[in-house]
Amino acid sequence: MIRDITIGQYYPAESPIHRLDPRVKIVCTLLFLISLFIQNSLLGYVIATLFLGCVIHFSKVPVKYIAKGLKPIVILLLFTVVMNLLLTRGGETLVHFGIITITENGLRTSVFMAIRLIYLVAGSSIMTFTTTPNGLTDGLEKLLHPLNRLNVPVHEVAMIMSIALRFIPILLEETDKIMKAQMARGADFESGNIIQRAKAMIPILVPLFISAFRRANDLAMAMEARCYHGGEGRTKMKPLRYKGRDKMAYIFTLIYIVVIFMVGRFVPFKLWVF
Amino acid sequence: MSIALEHVNYVYSPGTAYERHALKDVSLEIEQGQFVGIIGHTGSGKSTLIQHLNGLMKATSGNIYYEGQSIYEEGYDMKKLRTQVGLVFQYPEYQLFEVDVLTDVCFGPKNQGLSQEECEKNAREALELVGFPEKYYRQSPFELSGGQKRRVAIAGILAMHPKVLVLDEPTAGLDPKGRDEILDQIDHLHKETGMTVILVSHSMEDIANYVDRIVVMNRGEKMLDGTPREVFAHYKELEKVGLAAPQVTYVMHDLKERGFDVAADATTIEEAADDIMRSFHD
Repeated sequence: MIRDITIGQYYPAESPIHRLDPRVKIVCTLLFLISLFIQNSLLGYVIATLFLGCVIHFSKVPVKYIAKGLKPIVILLLFTVVMNLLLTRGGETLVHFGIITITENGLRTSVFMAIRLIYLVAGSSIMTFTTTPNGLTDGLEKLLHPLNRLNVPVHEVAMIMSIALRFIPILLEETDKIMKAQMARGADFESGNIIQRAKAMIPILVPLFISAFRRANDLAMAMEARCYHGGEGRTKMKPLRYKGRDKMAYIFTLIYIVVIFMVGRFVPFKLWVF
Repeated sequence: MSIALEHVNYVYSPGTAYERHALKDVSLEIEQGQFVGIIGHTGSGKSTLIQHLNGLMKATSGNIYYEGQSIYEEGYDMKKLRTQVGLVFQYPEYQLFEVDVLTDVCFGPKNQGLSQEECEKNAREALELVGFPEKYYRQSPFELSGGQKRRVAIAGILAMHPKVLVLDEPTAGLDPKGRDEILDQIDHLHKETGMTVILVSHSMEDIANYVDRIVVMNRGEKMLDGTPREVFAHYKELEKVGLAAPQVTYVMHDLKERGFDVAADATTIEEAADDIMRSFHD
């Protein structure tokens, strides 16, 4: 049940996307996210869909798996769509019923907003699905390295992030285990009103917190035992180096960005067929 | 018959890269009052198996009967099943959460809907059964030693008066003294109350002295099932799957191979010692 939460997890597979340098994936994901917001035409969304579709196809992550990762944002998504639908004015009025007014612009904005949100989550989950937490941190550390000069503790921040990511599945598993253990003692998490349900969480939360602190303590101890002392003078076993395929990926993404930018800027006719 | 499994299969995360067939066509019958050991290597499916017994996990296919009734039938009272088949998880001390020992043990009976007095009465009985000293009843469970915490956690299940007690590696992480104490206590409990006890372990040595029957799991399948004597006779096969028979089995087999007149199927040290003495006297 709780194991079904897939957001932020790694999906092991052998694919060209998995083999890319993590820096490429971080930068390209960022570019993709930006690309969603610099244009607002049907053609632009078609291009973005094609790009995302290609990446998902090459990554060998099943679409079903990505769709599962969207579950947690369903409520946010519905809220955005409804708000945009009802509150955006302008263009032809499509429906007018009491206080509810749906305009052409409202429909358009809400549909595009929904697509943006979905692509936002799908795009970034492709990155986490295809990159190990270690890879992600290494990439981020290297990318942010220039900030070291501004006295930003880049290595430490990256380390904190990687530990946090690593702990997501561990704590989920722990929650699952504790939940089952309390269910075996007759605990009931599904029935009752909101206060009863909140109270029913105590037998899960107390052991979970204790175990989180215990694990953090153990980890800190294990790190110190191996002489971890922060980023200073630390070298990598597998230093990141760009290869041919990484350059290809950059070029591919850049072409995409340029095309989308051009479409947003210079395609004069509104490609909005209703 | 207490519990029966019929062709139970369980698949983890079907259709993803993490897919794993954890139980393969397992059929098993456990009689009321039996003391059964389930043995297997890490990942052999033993923990998955026992979580099916009280309905915490639902079989992908197959059926499970408790006292003759299928637990997958519509409208079956799972909550009641869970109080009848008490499951003590591995490292159960990590589920303690209350302010003091007695209140924590009361959690189970309280969920059964018993009154405060009844809860406390059951809790006191359960704590007594596991040999927990009364002077610590009002102490925070987090201040106890590992072995004592474990007793409290086991008492938390016993307080619900289950008919079947399932324990997943109850001795994991305990020192030899704590291990023997817990196992003796469970044995004592079994004799005292006559409840069915299912003990999961990866160590033959641990359970050989106590159980009437051993079920060996390997890669999700039931590999062997019989009395300790019958199971240990297959000690060569056990070795192949990374398990070992108790050391006495090896000693007795070696002795026999070297021409001593001993029975090779002794399962406990006492039995083996008697047999060796007998062969010397003859």
